[in-house]
Amino acid sequence: MSEFMRLEHVTRTFGGGAFSTKPPIVAVDDVSLSINEDEPKITTIAGESGSGKTTLARLLMGTINPTFGTMYYRGKDFGKLSRRESWAFKQEVQSIYQDPFGSYNPFYKVDHVLETPINRFKLATSRQAKDAMIEEALAMVGLQPGDTLGRFPHQLSGGQRQRIMVARALLIKPRLILADEPVSMVDASLRATILDSIRRLNREIGISVVYITHDLTTALQISDNILVMYRGSVVESGAVERVILEPKHPYTQLLIESIPQPDPDNKWGDEPPSARFEDFSSMFGCKFADRCPHVMDICNEELPPAFRLEQHRQAQCYLYQDEADELEDPDLASIFQDRRAELNV
Amino acid sequence: MVIAEQETSIDTGSADSEYALRVEDLRVYYGTPRGTVKAVDGVSFNLKQGERFALVGESGSGKSTLAMAIMRLTREPGHIAGGRIYLDGRDLVQMREREIRDIRLREMALVPQGAMNSLNPVMRVGDQIIDGILDHVPSGETAPNKARLNERVHELLVRVGLDPTVSRLHPHELSGGMKQRVAMAIAISLDPNIIVADEPTSALDVVVQRQIMQTLGRLQEGLEAAVLLVGHDMGLVAQFADTIGVMYAGKLVEVGSVPDVFKDPKHPYTKLLIESLPSFDITRQFVGIPGMQPALLNLPPGCSFNPRCPSVHERCFREVPEYLNIGSGRGVACHLYEEESIS
Repeated sequence: MSEFMRLEHVTRTFGGGAFSTKPPIVAVDDVSLSINEDEPKITTIAGESGSGKTTLARLLMGTINPTFGTMYYRGKDFGKLSRRESWAFKQEVQSIYQDPFGSYNPFYKVDHVLETPINRFKLATSRQAKDAMIEEALAMVGLQPGDTLGRFPHQLSGGQRQRIMVARALLIKPRLILADEPVSMVDASLRATILDSIRRLNREIGISVVYITHDLTTALQISDNILVMYRGSVVESGAVERVILEPKHPYTQLLIESIPQPDPDNKWGDEPPSARFEDFSSMFGCKFADRCPHVMDICNEELPPAFRLEQHRQAQCYLYQDEADELEDPDLASIFQDRRAELNV
Repeated sequence: MVIAEQETSIDTGSADSEYALRVEDLRVYYGTPRGTVKAVDGVSFNLKQGERFALVGESGSGKSTLAMAIMRLTREPGHIAGGRIYLDGRDLVQMREREIRDIRLREMALVPQGAMNSLNPVMRVGDQIIDGILDHVPSGETAPNKARLNERVHELLVRVGLDPTVSRLHPHELSGGMKQRVAMAIAISLDPNIIVADEPTSALDVVVQRQIMQTLGRLQEGLEAAVLLVGHDMGLVAQFADTIGVMYAGKLVEVGSVPDVFKDPKHPYTKLLIESLPSFDITRQFVGIPGMQPALLNLPPGCSFNPRCPSVHERCFREVPEYLNIGSGRGVACHLYEEESIS
């Protein structure tokens, strides 16, 4: 198996420098994961605002460095890449952002965002080859070149703009696409087309996708695997249908119960408690302990290890210490391996 | 919720005590250089005492414009072009600004959309709550003293689920959910009879959204107030409301109790709205409502929904459907139900 990217015990903190009176904010806390090239999958990183999901994405993108821990790109330590290798990395990892308007310069026609990467990475040798590439990429995301090229960003709908971003990512032929909340600012009726084009990139071209979202409904619709983050830690991860349809970690359970179901016969339970500690850096044990309905003494003493609940799922929760084995090193790769084969997807 | 009958609309007498608010044939228009936009075009409904009524619709359907008009907060270039809003037999549309100020916050309060932007960034939370109370002391009455005001702030913060020490903080020190709770504390500071909540949880995470909605529900029950919730999330409506009103292109197209409408939607738009809801049961399948809401400046002739309607017939292109009372507190504006209409 060839590993495209691997994060080993990565932690990223912000602030708290020598002159700061406040402790550093731990945005990503000891996260390990790997992205495998042989089995390109869609992996969701889910969590609420402040859970560290966007920081984790920025680490994967290489725009920020870990404070502790190591990142590997094709087996090489990220900090020791040669110029040629880091250029290759920039080509192989592409991202799609939340705001379908902010990614454009309003003074340029949309062609600009499609032509720039071709020129920059010298992907085409002639004008004709360039046009053919652009048309092919637009067709892949279900857009007609005649409806989109030669226009300014404000002349297109949010859905079209976001699909052009998908087409742009596609032009560069990346191995990994990071999509940070790609549909949260788009009308519900257009979400389907964008998510569908992202799924086609994965299924038809074999690009790995990391989908960052707080919306578990779309996560279930498009992804294979999921990581649920809370206060910087991955509290539960595994096969998406197992985690969402039968959540095991009390935080994942709260998250899923709180989704307002459009069913008047299936109402919320009692109002859940808020976090008692805004600053969780002083907490010794589980970061969810102050809100957890099943809290035990041990939860406040020591950070729970990852328990392997089933072949394709782990949760960091002491509730399962008797029934499940500890994962030696919470290496998520082993949780996610061979999933495609098993599901016959 | 009972559909307002046009004949009795002039009479504001006996039946009024049952209703917290009655809206009749309300029209709110925006004057633009390209023509008049009819954002709310002849909407009538009744809000019962203690009822939780949800107004839903896509962006641009006129739901927020309607909520703002009820608070008499319509801003230029918008204006109320017609209709009546009865509160205890008094017509808010005819009132002068001075009289309205006596009603706002005391009888009818607003929980605004995006509390982040509705709080004053340079004022402590407690002072902002006090500011609202002092600003709405009715003419002729003396303001409560400082000690009484501080006591009230303490009590209000506890009621919305905040620590009383929050009163000394500035808005930037609070999370989004806490700011929304402060906005709710301000809204209930004078024990209003009606709370208008305009998308109170947009931009909040699901768990916080649930906590805010459940707090709002608890406050509403404590005050025995009626709530008018404006939003687009059918999930929140199902969780929170008793009655639902569906808006499309400035008109109320369907009204009914939440269980009835979710079980058996009548209007084709409501049907599509409910069918297209994301759910954990139907996975790996994307559904949406075909087409887009028409521009309000350029509505199609006849029923505004005709370009997208799966049950469209020839008459829909000619005649605007009337709002029909079809019994059991339900109403629908669609030609398909004329035979079921109770006139």
